[in-house]
Amino acid sequence: MTSPLLGRDRSDRIYRQVLTGFALALPLLIVIILGVLFTNAWPAVKRFGASFLVTSTWDPVSEVYGAAPMIFGTLASSLLALLIAVPLALSVAIFLTEFAPRRLRQPVAFLVELLAAIPSVVYGMWGIFVLIPFLRSYVVPPLKAVFGWTPFLQGVFYGNSLLAGGVILAIMIVPYIAAVSREVLLAVPTSQREAALAMGATRWEAVRSAVLPYGRAGLIGAIILGLGRALGETMAVTMVIGNRHDISVSLLQPAYTMAAAIANEFSEATTATYQSALMEVGLILFVLTVAVNAIARILIWRVARGAAVGSRAL
Amino acid sequence: MTALVVILSFTAVLALVLILGNLIVKGASSIDWAFFTKSPVPAGQSGGGVANAIVGTAIIVGVAALIGVPIGVGAGMYLAEYGSGRLGFLVRFIADVLNGTPSIVVGIVGWTFIVKPTGHFSALAGSVALAILMIPMLARTTEEMVRLVPNSLREAALALGYPRWRTSLKVVARTAMGGIVTGCLVGIARIAGETAPLLFTALGNLNFTVNVNQPMQTLSLQIYVYATGPFDEWHRIAWASALVLMGLVLIISLAARWVTRQRYGSIR
Repeated sequence: MTSPLLGRDRSDRIYRQVLTGFALALPLLIVIILGVLFTNAWPAVKRFGASFLVTSTWDPVSEVYGAAPMIFGTLASSLLALLIAVPLALSVAIFLTEFAPRRLRQPVAFLVELLAAIPSVVYGMWGIFVLIPFLRSYVVPPLKAVFGWTPFLQGVFYGNSLLAGGVILAIMIVPYIAAVSREVLLAVPTSQREAALAMGATRWEAVRSAVLPYGRAGLIGAIILGLGRALGETMAVTMVIGNRHDISVSLLQPAYTMAAAIANEFSEATTATYQSALMEVGLILFVLTVAVNAIARILIWRVARGAAVGSRAL
Repeated sequence: MTALVVILSFTAVLALVLILGNLIVKGASSIDWAFFTKSPVPAGQSGGGVANAIVGTAIIVGVAALIGVPIGVGAGMYLAEYGSGRLGFLVRFIADVLNGTPSIVVGIVGWTFIVKPTGHFSALAGSVALAILMIPMLARTTEEMVRLVPNSLREAALALGYPRWRTSLKVVARTAMGGIVTGCLVGIARIAGETAPLLFTALGNLNFTVNVNQPMQTLSLQIYVYATGPFDEWHRIAWASALVLMGLVLIISLAARWVTRQRYGSIR
Protein backbone atom coordinates (compact mmCIF):
# COMPACT_ATOMS: atom_id res chain seq x y z
CA MET A 1 0.00 0.00 0.00
CA THR A 2 2.95 2.34 0.40
CA SER A 3 4.23 1.92 -3.13
CA PRO A 4 5.24 5.29 -4.61
CA LEU A 5 2.79 4.78 -7.45
CA LEU A 6 -0.18 4.77 -5.10
CA GLY A 7 -1.28 7.77 -3.12
CA ARG A 8 0.95 9.98 -5.21
CA ASP A 9 -1.47 12.81 -5.83
CA ARG A 10 -3.78 14.80 -3.66
CA SER A 11 -7.04 13.26 -4.80
CA ASP A 12 -5.76 9.83 -3.83
CA ARG A 13 -4.94 11.09 -0.37
CA ILE A 14 -8.38 12.68 -0.03
CA TYR A 15 -10.07 9.46 -1.16
CA ARG A 16 -8.15 7.51 1.41
CA GLN A 17 -8.96 10.02 4.13
CA VAL A 18 -12.67 9.92 3.33
CA LEU A 19 -12.73 6.12 3.49
CA THR A 20 -10.71 6.20 6.70
CA GLY A 21 -13.31 8.56 8.12
CA PHE A 22 -16.07 6.05 7.34
CA ALA A 23 -14.02 3.25 8.83
CA LEU A 24 -13.39 5.25 12.01
CA ALA A 25 -17.16 5.36 12.47
CA LEU A 26 -16.99 1.81 13.83
CA PRO A 27 -14.53 2.35 16.70
CA LEU A 28 -16.37 5.62 17.35
CA LEU A 29 -19.66 3.74 17.55
CA ILE A 30 -18.43 1.33 20.20
CA VAL A 31 -17.01 4.25 22.19
CA ILE A 32 -20.32 6.12 21.89
CA ILE A 33 -22.38 3.14 23.00
CA LEU A 34 -20.13 2.51 25.98
CA GLY A 35 -20.05 6.21 26.82
CA VAL A 36 -23.83 6.59 26.68
CA LEU A 37 -24.43 3.53 28.81
CA PHE A 38 -21.73 4.34 31.30
CA THR A 39 -22.66 7.99 31.90
CA ASN A 40 -26.33 7.11 32.20
CA ALA A 41 -25.66 4.16 34.48
CA TRP A 42 -23.19 5.99 36.72
CA PRO A 43 -25.75 7.21 39.31
CA ALA A 44 -26.98 3.65 39.80
CA VAL A 45 -23.44 2.25 39.92
CA LYS A 46 -22.52 4.81 42.58
CA ARG A 47 -25.66 4.25 44.59
CA PHE A 48 -25.93 0.47 44.63
CA GLY A 49 -22.36 -0.65 44.02
CA ALA A 50 -21.77 -4.37 43.83
CA SER A 51 -25.07 -5.17 45.53
CA PHE A 52 -26.75 -4.37 42.20
CA LEU A 53 -25.31 -7.59 40.82
CA VAL A 54 -26.21 -9.91 43.66
CA THR A 55 -29.47 -8.71 45.23
CA SER A 56 -32.96 -9.52 43.97
CA THR A 57 -35.11 -6.61 45.09
CA TRP A 58 -36.47 -4.56 42.19
CA ASP A 59 -38.71 -1.98 43.75
CA PRO A 60 -39.36 1.26 41.83
CA VAL A 61 -41.48 2.62 44.69
CA SER A 62 -38.77 2.53 47.34
CA GLU A 63 -36.05 2.98 44.68
CA VAL A 64 -34.10 -0.16 45.49
CA TYR A 65 -32.74 -2.13 42.57
CA GLY A 66 -30.89 -5.42 42.29
CA ALA A 67 -30.49 -7.16 38.97
CA ALA A 68 -29.54 -10.67 40.10
CA PRO A 69 -32.75 -12.32 38.78
CA MET A 70 -32.24 -10.82 35.31
CA ILE A 71 -28.60 -11.80 35.19
CA PHE A 72 -29.53 -15.30 36.30
CA GLY A 73 -32.41 -15.52 33.81
CA THR A 74 -30.25 -14.28 30.95
CA LEU A 75 -27.55 -16.86 31.64
CA ALA A 76 -29.99 -19.70 32.37
CA SER A 77 -32.13 -19.18 29.27
CA SER A 78 -29.04 -18.84 27.05
CA LEU A 79 -27.41 -21.98 28.43
CA LEU A 80 -30.64 -23.93 28.01
CA ALA A 81 -30.82 -22.65 24.44
CA LEU A 82 -27.25 -23.77 23.78
CA LEU A 83 -27.99 -27.21 25.21
CA ILE A 84 -30.78 -27.67 22.67
CA ALA A 85 -29.31 -25.77 19.74
CA VAL A 86 -25.74 -27.08 19.64
CA PRO A 87 -26.55 -30.70 18.66
CA LEU A 88 -29.03 -29.48 16.04
CA ALA A 89 -26.75 -26.84 14.58
CA LEU A 90 -23.62 -28.99 14.49
CA SER A 91 -25.66 -31.75 12.83
CA VAL A 92 -26.81 -29.33 10.16
CA ALA A 93 -23.24 -28.17 9.56
CA ILE A 94 -21.82 -31.69 9.44
CA PHE A 95 -24.66 -32.91 7.25
CA LEU A 96 -24.20 -30.04 4.82
CA THR A 97 -20.44 -30.32 4.50
CA GLU A 98 -19.86 -34.05 4.81
CA PHE A 99 -22.90 -36.16 4.05
CA ALA A 100 -25.53 -34.33 2.03
CA PRO A 101 -25.85 -35.18 -1.65
CA ARG A 102 -24.62 -32.25 -3.70
CA ARG A 103 -28.04 -31.24 -4.94
CA LEU A 104 -29.45 -31.12 -1.39
CA ARG A 105 -26.72 -28.83 -0.01
CA GLN A 106 -27.85 -25.52 -1.45
CA PRO A 107 -31.56 -25.91 -0.65
CA VAL A 108 -30.99 -27.10 2.92
CA ALA A 109 -28.43 -24.36 3.57
CA PHE A 110 -30.91 -21.83 2.17
CA LEU A 111 -33.73 -23.10 4.38
CA VAL A 112 -31.58 -22.92 7.50
CA GLU A 113 -30.46 -19.42 6.55
CA LEU A 114 -34.12 -18.48 6.21
CA LEU A 115 -34.54 -19.29 9.89
CA ALA A 116 -32.14 -16.43 10.56
CA ALA A 117 -34.26 -14.11 8.42
CA ILE A 118 -37.41 -14.56 10.51
CA PRO A 119 -37.84 -11.46 12.68
CA SER A 120 -37.52 -11.94 16.41
CA VAL A 121 -41.02 -10.63 17.07
CA VAL A 122 -42.47 -13.27 14.74
CA TYR A 123 -40.65 -15.96 16.73
CA GLY A 124 -42.15 -14.44 19.85
CA MET A 125 -45.67 -14.57 18.48
CA TRP A 126 -45.19 -18.12 17.29
CA GLY A 127 -43.91 -18.92 20.75
CA ILE A 128 -47.03 -17.53 22.42
CA PHE A 129 -49.60 -19.16 20.16
CA VAL A 130 -47.94 -22.38 18.97
CA LEU A 131 -44.90 -23.34 21.01
CA ILE A 132 -46.30 -22.78 24.50
CA PRO A 133 -49.51 -24.77 23.88
CA PHE A 134 -47.37 -27.51 22.35
CA LEU A 135 -45.02 -27.58 25.34
CA ARG A 136 -47.99 -27.65 27.70
CA SER A 137 -49.68 -30.61 26.04
CA TYR A 138 -46.85 -32.73 24.71
CA VAL A 139 -43.53 -31.85 26.33
CA VAL A 140 -44.04 -30.87 29.95
CA PRO A 141 -46.25 -33.84 31.03
CA PRO A 142 -43.79 -36.55 29.91
CA LEU A 143 -40.84 -34.53 31.22
CA LYS A 144 -42.55 -34.23 34.59
CA ALA A 145 -43.40 -37.91 34.62
CA VAL A 146 -39.77 -38.90 34.25
CA PHE A 147 -37.77 -36.05 35.81
CA GLY A 148 -40.46 -34.49 38.00
CA TRP A 149 -38.44 -35.24 41.13
CA THR A 150 -35.57 -32.94 40.13
CA PRO A 151 -35.53 -29.30 41.27
CA PHE A 152 -35.60 -28.23 37.61
CA LEU A 153 -39.21 -29.22 37.04
CA GLN A 154 -40.95 -28.04 40.19
CA GLY A 155 -44.21 -26.13 40.20
CA VAL A 156 -47.10 -25.72 37.81
CA PHE A 157 -46.43 -24.91 34.17
CA TYR A 158 -48.51 -21.91 33.12
CA GLY A 159 -46.80 -21.34 29.80
CA ASN A 160 -44.57 -18.30 30.06
CA SER A 161 -41.43 -19.79 31.53
CA LEU A 162 -37.70 -20.29 31.38
CA LEU A 163 -38.38 -23.43 29.34
CA ALA A 164 -40.37 -21.57 26.68
CA GLY A 165 -37.72 -18.84 26.54
CA GLY A 166 -34.90 -21.35 26.20
CA VAL A 167 -36.61 -23.35 23.47
CA ILE A 168 -37.49 -20.30 21.37
CA LEU A 169 -33.91 -19.01 21.76
CA ALA A 170 -32.60 -22.40 20.70
CA ILE A 171 -34.57 -22.30 17.45
CA MET A 172 -33.35 -18.77 16.83
CA ILE A 173 -29.63 -19.43 17.30
CA VAL A 174 -29.49 -22.70 15.33
CA PRO A 175 -28.98 -20.90 11.99
CA TYR A 176 -26.15 -18.72 13.37
CA ILE A 177 -24.23 -21.62 14.88
CA ALA A 178 -24.92 -23.79 11.83
CA ALA A 179 -23.80 -21.16 9.30
CA VAL A 180 -20.53 -20.38 11.09
CA SER A 181 -19.80 -24.06 11.83
CA ARG A 182 -20.38 -24.86 8.19
CA GLU A 183 -17.84 -22.26 7.10
CA VAL A 184 -15.39 -23.60 9.66
CA LEU A 185 -15.84 -27.17 8.42
CA LEU A 186 -15.47 -26.03 4.82
CA ALA A 187 -12.14 -24.48 5.81
CA VAL A 188 -10.86 -27.89 6.98
CA PRO A 189 -8.51 -29.13 4.24
CA THR A 190 -9.78 -32.05 2.17
CA SER A 191 -6.48 -33.81 2.81
CA GLN A 192 -7.54 -34.27 6.44
CA ARG A 193 -10.58 -36.25 5.36
CA GLU A 194 -8.72 -38.16 2.68
CA ALA A 195 -6.01 -39.17 5.12
CA ALA A 196 -8.55 -40.59 7.54
CA LEU A 197 -10.50 -42.35 4.79
CA ALA A 198 -7.27 -43.80 3.42
CA MET A 199 -6.58 -45.30 6.84
CA GLY A 200 -9.82 -47.23 6.49
CA ALA A 201 -12.06 -44.94 8.53
CA THR A 202 -15.75 -44.78 7.72
CA ARG A 203 -17.06 -41.38 6.77
CA TRP A 204 -18.38 -40.76 10.24
CA GLU A 205 -15.08 -41.85 11.78
CA ALA A 206 -13.28 -39.46 9.44
CA VAL A 207 -15.53 -36.63 10.59
CA ARG A 208 -15.07 -37.47 14.23
CA SER A 209 -11.38 -38.18 14.24
CA ALA A 210 -10.05 -35.81 11.56
CA VAL A 211 -12.48 -33.04 10.65
CA LEU A 212 -13.99 -32.04 14.00
CA PRO A 213 -10.67 -31.93 15.91
CA TYR A 214 -9.12 -29.80 13.18
CA GLY A 215 -11.94 -27.27 13.34
CA ARG A 216 -12.42 -27.47 17.09
CA ALA A 217 -11.45 -23.89 17.93
CA GLY A 218 -13.70 -22.56 15.18
CA LEU A 219 -16.63 -24.73 16.24
CA ILE A 220 -16.30 -23.58 19.82
CA GLY A 221 -16.18 -20.04 18.45
CA ALA A 222 -19.39 -20.68 16.52
CA ILE A 223 -21.09 -21.93 19.67
CA ILE A 224 -19.91 -18.95 21.70
CA LEU A 225 -21.16 -16.68 18.91
CA GLY A 226 -24.56 -18.35 19.27
CA LEU A 227 -24.33 -17.74 23.01
CA GLY A 228 -23.72 -14.05 22.33
CA ARG A 229 -26.84 -13.90 20.19
CA ALA A 230 -28.89 -15.66 22.82
CA LEU A 231 -27.71 -13.37 25.62
CA GLY A 232 -28.81 -10.23 23.80
CA GLU A 233 -31.94 -11.51 22.11
CA THR A 234 -34.87 -9.39 23.21
CA MET A 235 -38.31 -9.60 21.66
CA ALA A 236 -38.97 -13.32 21.41
CA VAL A 237 -37.74 -13.91 24.95
CA THR A 238 -39.69 -10.97 26.37
CA MET A 239 -42.87 -12.42 24.87
CA VAL A 240 -42.55 -15.93 26.33
CA ILE A 241 -40.32 -15.94 29.41
CA GLY A 242 -42.86 -14.53 31.85
CA ASN A 243 -40.94 -11.42 33.00
CA ARG A 244 -40.88 -12.10 36.74
CA HIS A 245 -38.21 -10.67 39.06
CA ASP A 246 -37.38 -13.90 40.80
CA ILE A 247 -34.72 -16.58 40.79
CA SER A 248 -35.99 -20.13 40.43
CA VAL A 249 -34.05 -23.09 39.13
CA SER A 250 -37.28 -24.65 37.87
CA LEU A 251 -37.57 -24.47 34.09
CA LEU A 252 -41.33 -24.33 34.41
CA GLN A 253 -41.36 -21.05 36.32
CA PRO A 254 -41.38 -17.56 34.78
CA ALA A 255 -38.04 -15.76 34.69
CA TYR A 256 -36.61 -12.49 33.41
CA THR A 257 -33.70 -11.45 31.23
CA MET A 258 -31.71 -8.23 31.10
CA ALA A 259 -32.86 -7.43 27.57
CA ALA A 260 -36.48 -8.15 28.47
CA ALA A 261 -36.30 -5.86 31.48
CA ILE A 262 -35.08 -2.96 29.34
CA ALA A 263 -37.73 -3.66 26.70
CA ASN A 264 -40.55 -3.82 29.23
CA GLU A 265 -39.67 -1.11 31.66
CA PHE A 266 -37.63 1.52 29.87
CA SER A 267 -40.51 3.66 28.68
CA GLU A 268 -42.22 3.53 32.04
CA ALA A 269 -39.07 4.33 34.03
CA THR A 270 -40.10 7.75 35.28
CA THR A 271 -37.58 8.44 38.03
CA ALA A 272 -33.91 9.15 37.36
CA THR A 273 -32.75 6.28 39.55
CA TYR A 274 -35.07 3.79 37.85
CA GLN A 275 -33.78 4.86 34.45
CA SER A 276 -30.21 4.71 35.63
CA ALA A 277 -30.74 1.20 37.01
CA LEU A 278 -32.03 0.05 33.61
CA MET A 279 -29.05 1.71 31.94
CA GLU A 280 -26.76 -0.25 34.22
CA VAL A 281 -28.56 -3.41 33.15
CA GLY A 282 -27.90 -2.35 29.55
CA LEU A 283 -24.24 -1.70 30.34
CA ILE A 284 -23.81 -5.15 31.91
CA LEU A 285 -25.55 -6.75 28.93
CA PHE A 286 -23.43 -4.84 26.42
CA VAL A 287 -20.11 -5.57 28.12
CA LEU A 288 -21.08 -9.24 28.48
CA THR A 289 -22.04 -9.66 24.81
CA VAL A 290 -19.00 -7.74 23.56
CA ALA A 291 -16.73 -9.96 25.64
CA VAL A 292 -18.46 -13.14 24.45
CA ASN A 293 -18.38 -12.02 20.81
CA ALA A 294 -14.74 -11.02 21.03
CA ILE A 295 -13.78 -14.45 22.36
CA ALA A 296 -15.85 -16.13 19.65
CA ARG A 297 -14.25 -14.07 16.88
CA ILE A 298 -10.72 -14.78 18.05
CA LEU A 299 -11.47 -18.51 18.04
CA ILE A 300 -13.11 -18.43 14.60
CA TRP A 301 -10.34 -16.30 13.12
CA ARG A 302 -7.84 -18.93 14.20
CA VAL A 303 -9.42 -21.41 11.79
CA ALA A 304 -10.84 -19.24 9.03
CA ARG A 305 -8.26 -16.50 9.13
CA GLY A 306 -9.73 -13.01 8.85
CA ALA A 307 -12.74 -14.16 6.89
CA ALA A 308 -16.06 -12.48 7.58
CA VAL A 309 -17.43 -15.86 8.53
CA GLY A 310 -21.10 -15.81 9.23
CA SER A 311 -21.61 -12.12 8.77
CA ARG A 312 -22.95 -12.48 5.26
CA ALA A 313 -26.31 -14.16 5.62
CA LEU A 314 -26.80 -13.17 9.21
CA MET B 1 -24.28 -41.55 14.19
CA THR B 2 -24.73 -40.55 10.58
CA ALA B 3 -28.43 -41.27 10.85
CA LEU B 4 -28.65 -39.14 13.98
CA VAL B 5 -26.94 -36.26 12.21
CA VAL B 6 -29.42 -36.47 9.35
CA ILE B 7 -32.41 -36.66 11.69
CA LEU B 8 -31.25 -33.66 13.76
CA SER B 9 -30.60 -31.65 10.59
CA PHE B 10 -34.08 -32.23 9.39
CA THR B 11 -35.48 -31.32 12.80
CA ALA B 12 -33.92 -27.88 12.33
CA VAL B 13 -35.47 -27.54 8.88
CA LEU B 14 -38.78 -28.79 10.28
CA ALA B 15 -38.85 -25.84 12.70
CA LEU B 16 -38.71 -23.46 9.76
CA VAL B 17 -41.43 -25.31 7.88
CA LEU B 18 -43.64 -25.26 10.99
CA ILE B 19 -43.21 -21.54 11.57
CA LEU B 20 -43.80 -20.55 7.96
CA GLY B 21 -46.73 -22.98 7.73
CA ASN B 22 -48.35 -21.49 10.82
CA LEU B 23 -47.87 -17.98 9.46
CA ILE B 24 -49.61 -18.86 6.22
CA VAL B 25 -52.42 -20.86 7.79
CA LYS B 26 -53.21 -18.29 10.48
CA GLY B 27 -52.40 -15.14 8.56
CA ALA B 28 -53.49 -15.57 4.98
CA SER B 29 -57.24 -15.58 5.60
CA SER B 30 -57.11 -12.09 7.12
CA ILE B 31 -55.30 -10.46 4.26
CA ASP B 32 -57.44 -8.53 1.84
CA TRP B 33 -57.23 -5.19 0.06
CA ALA B 34 -58.42 -3.23 3.10
CA PHE B 35 -55.61 -4.77 5.15
CA PHE B 36 -53.08 -2.89 3.02
CA THR B 37 -55.03 0.34 2.55
CA LYS B 38 -56.75 1.13 5.86
CA SER B 39 -55.44 2.13 9.28
CA PRO B 40 -56.38 0.17 12.41
CA VAL B 41 -59.80 0.59 13.98
CA PRO B 42 -60.36 0.95 17.76
CA ALA B 43 -60.18 -2.23 19.85
CA GLY B 44 -63.41 -4.19 19.80
CA GLN B 45 -64.36 -3.27 16.24
CA SER B 46 -63.49 -5.53 13.36
CA GLY B 47 -62.03 -4.55 10.02
CA GLY B 48 -59.34 -2.00 9.40
CA GLY B 49 -55.81 -2.65 8.23
CA VAL B 50 -52.18 -1.90 8.82
CA ALA B 51 -51.49 0.69 6.12
CA ASN B 52 -49.89 2.97 8.70
CA ALA B 53 -47.52 0.22 9.80
CA ILE B 54 -46.52 -0.72 6.27
CA VAL B 55 -45.78 2.90 5.32
CA GLY B 56 -44.05 3.43 8.66
CA THR B 57 -41.80 0.41 8.14
CA ALA B 58 -40.87 1.67 4.69
CA ILE B 59 -40.04 5.17 5.95
CA ILE B 60 -38.09 4.14 9.04
CA VAL B 61 -36.11 1.50 7.15
CA GLY B 62 -35.58 3.85 4.22
CA VAL B 63 -34.17 6.64 6.38
CA ALA B 64 -32.03 4.12 8.25
CA ALA B 65 -30.61 2.89 4.93
CA LEU B 66 -29.90 6.47 3.84
CA ILE B 67 -27.78 6.96 6.96
CA GLY B 68 -26.30 3.49 7.26
CA VAL B 69 -25.48 2.50 3.68
CA PRO B 70 -22.90 5.23 2.89
CA ILE B 71 -21.05 4.75 6.19
CA GLY B 72 -21.19 0.96 6.09
CA VAL B 73 -20.17 0.65 2.44
CA GLY B 74 -17.49 3.32 2.87
CA ALA B 75 -16.02 1.48 5.86
CA GLY B 76 -16.15 -1.76 3.85
CA MET B 77 -14.30 -0.11 0.95
CA TYR B 78 -11.66 1.05 3.41
CA LEU B 79 -11.24 -2.46 4.78
CA ALA B 80 -10.88 -3.93 1.30
CA GLU B 81 -8.60 -1.25 -0.12
CA TYR B 82 -6.50 -0.08 2.82
CA GLY B 83 -7.40 -2.56 5.54
CA SER B 84 -4.18 -4.52 5.79
CA GLY B 85 -2.72 -2.41 8.59
CA ARG B 86 -3.40 -2.17 12.28
CA LEU B 87 -6.42 0.15 11.90
CA GLY B 88 -7.93 -2.26 9.40
CA PHE B 89 -7.56 -5.11 11.83
CA LEU B 90 -9.13 -3.08 14.62
CA VAL B 91 -12.07 -1.92 12.48
CA ARG B 92 -12.66 -5.45 11.23
CA PHE B 93 -12.65 -6.83 14.72
CA ILE B 94 -14.98 -4.14 16.04
CA ALA B 95 -17.36 -4.69 13.12
CA ASP B 96 -17.54 -8.39 13.91
CA VAL B 97 -18.09 -7.71 17.60
CA LEU B 98 -20.72 -5.02 16.96
CA ASN B 99 -22.52 -7.42 14.64
CA GLY B 100 -23.62 -9.29 17.73
CA THR B 101 -24.58 -6.27 19.84
CA PRO B 102 -28.01 -6.62 21.43
CA SER B 103 -30.30 -4.40 19.37
CA ILE B 104 -32.10 -3.20 22.48
CA VAL B 105 -28.88 -1.54 23.66
CA VAL B 106 -28.63 0.29 20.35
CA GLY B 107 -32.18 1.50 20.97
CA ILE B 108 -30.93 3.14 24.16
CA VAL B 109 -28.39 5.09 22.08
CA GLY B 110 -31.11 6.36 19.72
CA TRP B 111 -33.20 7.33 22.71
CA THR B 112 -30.33 9.19 24.41
CA PHE B 113 -29.38 11.27 21.38
CA ILE B 114 -32.77 12.09 19.89
CA VAL B 115 -35.70 11.25 22.13
CA LYS B 116 -34.20 12.64 25.34
CA PRO B 117 -33.08 16.05 24.01
CA THR B 118 -36.22 16.66 21.92
CA GLY B 119 -38.54 15.39 24.61
CA HIS B 120 -40.68 13.24 22.32
CA PHE B 121 -40.51 9.88 20.58
CA SER B 122 -39.75 10.01 16.88
CA ALA B 123 -39.32 7.79 13.87
CA LEU B 124 -35.98 9.45 13.22
CA ALA B 125 -34.57 8.11 16.49
CA GLY B 126 -35.65 4.64 15.38
CA SER B 127 -33.95 5.09 12.03
CA VAL B 128 -30.71 6.14 13.69
CA ALA B 129 -30.79 3.03 15.88
CA LEU B 130 -31.45 0.78 12.87
CA ALA B 131 -28.67 2.51 10.90
CA ILE B 132 -26.23 1.73 13.72
CA LEU B 133 -27.26 -1.92 13.46
CA MET B 134 -26.65 -1.91 9.71
CA ILE B 135 -23.20 -0.33 9.61
CA PRO B 136 -20.99 -3.15 10.95
CA MET B 137 -22.80 -5.72 8.86
CA LEU B 138 -22.52 -3.70 5.63
CA ALA B 139 -18.86 -2.99 6.32
CA ARG B 140 -18.05 -6.70 6.43
CA THR B 141 -20.19 -7.80 3.48
CA THR B 142 -18.89 -4.94 1.33
CA GLU B 143 -15.32 -5.85 2.20
CA GLU B 144 -15.93 -9.49 1.28
CA MET B 145 -17.50 -8.59 -2.04
CA VAL B 146 -14.83 -6.05 -3.00
CA ARG B 147 -12.09 -8.52 -2.13
CA LEU B 148 -13.53 -10.93 -4.70
CA VAL B 149 -12.64 -8.50 -7.49
CA PRO B 150 -9.55 -9.92 -9.21
CA ASN B 151 -6.41 -7.93 -8.60
CA SER B 152 -5.64 -8.01 -12.33
CA LEU B 153 -8.53 -5.62 -12.95
CA ARG B 154 -7.09 -3.19 -10.44
CA GLU B 155 -3.62 -3.53 -11.92
CA ALA B 156 -4.92 -3.02 -15.43
CA ALA B 157 -6.61 0.23 -14.47
CA LEU B 158 -3.54 1.48 -12.59
CA ALA B 159 -1.33 0.56 -15.53
CA LEU B 160 -3.49 2.71 -17.76
CA GLY B 161 -2.61 5.63 -15.54
CA TYR B 162 -5.84 5.77 -13.57
CA PRO B 163 -5.31 7.30 -10.14
CA ARG B 164 -6.02 4.98 -7.29
CA TRP B 165 -9.30 6.63 -6.25
CA ARG B 166 -10.74 6.34 -9.75
CA THR B 167 -9.61 2.75 -10.00
CA SER B 168 -11.27 2.05 -6.70
CA LEU B 169 -14.56 3.73 -7.57
CA LYS B 170 -14.87 3.19 -11.32
CA VAL B 171 -13.33 -0.24 -11.67
CA VAL B 172 -13.28 -2.09 -8.36
CA ALA B 173 -16.49 -0.81 -6.79
CA ARG B 174 -18.35 -1.00 -10.06
CA THR B 175 -17.30 -4.58 -10.61
CA ALA B 176 -18.36 -5.48 -7.11
CA MET B 177 -21.57 -3.45 -7.34
CA GLY B 178 -23.84 -6.48 -7.53
CA GLY B 179 -22.33 -7.93 -4.38
CA ILE B 180 -22.47 -4.61 -2.55
CA VAL B 181 -26.15 -4.18 -3.47
CA THR B 182 -26.79 -7.71 -2.24
CA GLY B 183 -25.15 -6.88 1.07
CA CYS B 184 -27.27 -3.74 1.41
CA LEU B 185 -30.47 -5.64 0.64
CA VAL B 186 -29.65 -8.35 3.18
CA GLY B 187 -28.94 -5.62 5.73
CA ILE B 188 -32.25 -3.93 4.95
CA ALA B 189 -34.11 -7.23 5.22
CA ARG B 190 -32.58 -7.74 8.63
CA ILE B 191 -33.45 -4.33 10.08
CA ALA B 192 -36.95 -4.38 8.58
CA GLY B 193 -37.95 -6.99 11.15
CA GLU B 194 -36.24 -5.33 14.13
CA THR B 195 -38.49 -4.42 17.02
CA ALA B 196 -36.43 -3.96 20.15
CA PRO B 197 -34.58 -0.77 19.12
CA LEU B 198 -37.88 0.83 18.10
CA LEU B 199 -39.72 0.27 21.39
CA PHE B 200 -38.64 3.55 22.94
CA THR B 201 -37.63 5.44 19.83
CA ALA B 202 -40.32 5.13 17.14
CA LEU B 203 -42.68 3.89 19.86
CA GLY B 204 -45.60 3.01 17.56
CA ASN B 205 -48.59 5.03 16.48
CA LEU B 206 -52.20 4.04 15.85
CA ASN B 207 -52.65 6.74 13.26
CA PHE B 208 -51.27 7.18 9.80
CA THR B 209 -48.27 9.51 9.69
CA VAL B 210 -45.37 10.25 7.37
CA ASN B 211 -43.70 12.77 9.69
CA VAL B 212 -40.36 11.41 10.88
CA ASN B 213 -40.45 13.71 13.88
CA GLN B 214 -43.51 11.93 15.19
CA PRO B 215 -43.93 8.49 16.73
CA MET B 216 -44.51 6.04 13.91
CA GLN B 217 -45.92 2.54 13.64
CA THR B 218 -44.03 -0.33 12.07
CA LEU B 219 -45.18 -3.85 11.26
CA SER B 220 -42.87 -5.27 13.91
CA LEU B 221 -44.22 -2.97 16.66
CA GLN B 222 -47.75 -3.73 15.53
CA ILE B 223 -47.12 -7.46 15.84
CA TYR B 224 -45.63 -7.04 19.31
CA VAL B 225 -48.50 -4.98 20.68
CA TYR B 226 -51.26 -7.00 19.04
CA ALA B 227 -49.81 -10.46 19.77
CA THR B 228 -49.37 -9.64 23.46
CA GLY B 229 -52.76 -7.90 23.67
CA PRO B 230 -55.93 -9.51 25.01
CA PHE B 231 -58.26 -9.54 21.98
CA ASP B 232 -58.73 -12.36 19.48
CA GLU B 233 -59.25 -9.77 16.77
CA TRP B 234 -55.84 -8.32 17.56
CA HIS B 235 -54.24 -11.77 17.41
CA ARG B 236 -55.76 -12.27 13.98
CA ILE B 237 -54.28 -8.98 12.76
CA ALA B 238 -50.94 -9.83 14.37
CA TRP B 239 -50.73 -13.10 12.41
CA ALA B 240 -51.62 -11.35 9.18
CA SER B 241 -49.07 -8.57 9.88
CA ALA B 242 -46.44 -11.20 10.60
CA LEU B 243 -47.18 -12.85 7.29
CA VAL B 244 -46.85 -9.53 5.48
CA LEU B 245 -43.60 -8.71 7.30
CA MET B 246 -42.20 -12.16 6.61
CA GLY B 247 -43.21 -11.83 2.95
CA LEU B 248 -41.46 -8.47 2.77
CA VAL B 249 -38.28 -9.83 4.33
CA LEU B 250 -38.35 -12.87 2.03
CA ILE B 251 -38.84 -10.77 -1.09
CA ILE B 252 -35.91 -8.53 -0.17
CA SER B 253 -33.71 -11.55 0.63
CA LEU B 254 -34.60 -13.27 -2.62
CA ALA B 255 -33.99 -10.03 -4.54
CA ALA B 256 -30.57 -9.92 -2.88
CA ARG B 257 -29.74 -13.40 -4.17
CA TRP B 258 -31.07 -12.54 -7.59
CA VAL B 259 -28.89 -9.42 -7.88
CA THR B 260 -25.79 -11.44 -7.05
CA ARG B 261 -26.62 -14.08 -9.60
CA GLN B 262 -27.40 -11.55 -12.32
CA ARG B 263 -24.42 -9.25 -12.03
CA TYR B 264 -21.87 -11.05 -10.02
CA GLY B 265 -21.97 -14.67 -11.05
CA SER B 266 -19.64 -14.06 -13.97
CA ILE B 267 -16.58 -12.93 -12.04
CA ARG B 268 -16.84 -15.44 -9.23
